[in-house]
Amino acid sequence: MSLSREQLAMRVARELQDGYYVNLGIGIPTLVANYVPAGMNVMLQSENGLLGMGQFPTEAELDADMINAGKQTVTAVKGASIFSSAESFAMIRGGHVDLTVLGAFEVDVMGNIASWMIPGKLIKGMGGAMDLVAGADNIVVTMTHASKHGESKLLPQCSLPLTGAGCIKKVVTDLAYVEIADGKFWLKERAPGISVDEIVAKTAGELVVPEVVPEMEF
Amino acid sequence: MAGFNKLVGSYAEAMAGLEDGMTVIAGGFGLCGIPENLIAEIKRKGSRGLTVVSNNCGVDGFGLGVLLEDRQVAKMISSYVGENALFEQQLLAGELEVELTPQGTLAEKMRAGGAGIPAFFTATGYGTPVGEGKEVREFDGRPYILEESIRGDFAIVKAWKGDRYGNLVYRHTAQNFNPMAATAGKITVVEIEELVEPGELEPSQIHTPGIYVDRMIVGSFEKRIEQRTVRAAN
Repeated sequence: MSLSREQLAMRVARELQDGYYVNLGIGIPTLVANYVPAGMNVMLQSENGLLGMGQFPTEAELDADMINAGKQTVTAVKGASIFSSAESFAMIRGGHVDLTVLGAFEVDVMGNIASWMIPGKLIKGMGGAMDLVAGADNIVVTMTHASKHGESKLLPQCSLPLTGAGCIKKVVTDLAYVEIADGKFWLKERAPGISVDEIVAKTAGELVVPEVVPEMEF
Repeated sequence: MAGFNKLVGSYAEAMAGLEDGMTVIAGGFGLCGIPENLIAEIKRKGSRGLTVVSNNCGVDGFGLGVLLEDRQVAKMISSYVGENALFEQQLLAGELEVELTPQGTLAEKMRAGGAGIPAFFTATGYGTPVGEGKEVREFDGRPYILEESIRGDFAIVKAWKGDRYGNLVYRHTAQNFNPMAATAGKITVVEIEELVEPGELEPSQIHTPGIYVDRMIVGSFEKRIEQRTVRAAN
């Protein structure tokens, strides 16, 4: 069985470490916040200018001046700080955020990522994604391994306009955990019940498969 | 004191001098911390052919979205414009130009503009459509693109508390792009929620020193929420 959205988030959560500052993108990455291991403290960065994002407010706490980068109303945790957009992207661009998790349309063997623009469809903008991938050293991309039509999203070369060049090293898909190095994908883990053959068949870019591919643990 | 008193008596006075074809930098992120009454004044005034620099373009019927209704905006410089059907229509019809700019680059363009720095190198956008045609230089083996800063004929800003010297404090995440916008206008106009006496704001806690502010007005705000997400109370 391919991973559910929640399982994807659970696998990404294993990349967290105590004391990490983490930026989570919109969609599946946001769910990672639900699976922070007990006893571990991480501080969530929201690029509109909040370090220490908390849960959604109650009706009583609701405040129009307190939102996250997805424009959702949120709260701040104890120990949070709030600052300008320039300060926020100084943190991001300056490499101070320990882990960035974001979605993508495609990644390729060179670590390129395409996540913001499909030519011919309406272009809404890149928001902070280009700054996030340019600034972070530790990035995890979450996405489905292949499109609904079965076309691989792990490619020899991205076909869509890039969000960033040569910046992705870790990809968690619904089928596998794959690392990118030396111009190749390296299969590290497979989703429970998924065969190596299926992963190979759905990976268009060069994939290095070790003799033993362990099943993912959550 | 008179020379330092930034208060003006009306929104018409606050936006006096705004002409067709000018560049306006606006603070705000989504609908959070937007100078909603100054935007409404630009609509009332009917200035046209404007270049508007703002992270987003409001929504249909609120925020910067209202300036699209009478086609007052010729060009938007933004990082994300996906919340607005009228924007989409005018873009597809070729009536509106958009320059999509990464969010951090946009913030830094405003900051640099206000700080007298004409351009800066950033890794953001290298190897993407954003980097096309821009000068590239390597530092420590990594390529960076040259991005030019932005200044506005006007900057419109929303703050929480201010004194008549124009010293400002922002509230929560309504800060966002406002402090940079405040520095980057030839004429910077601020609307605040609450006027306080000089000395009430702790000098070391002021976000925007009054030197950046030319005009200030006290407004009342709707503060519309874009994505109302709540959890059940325990």
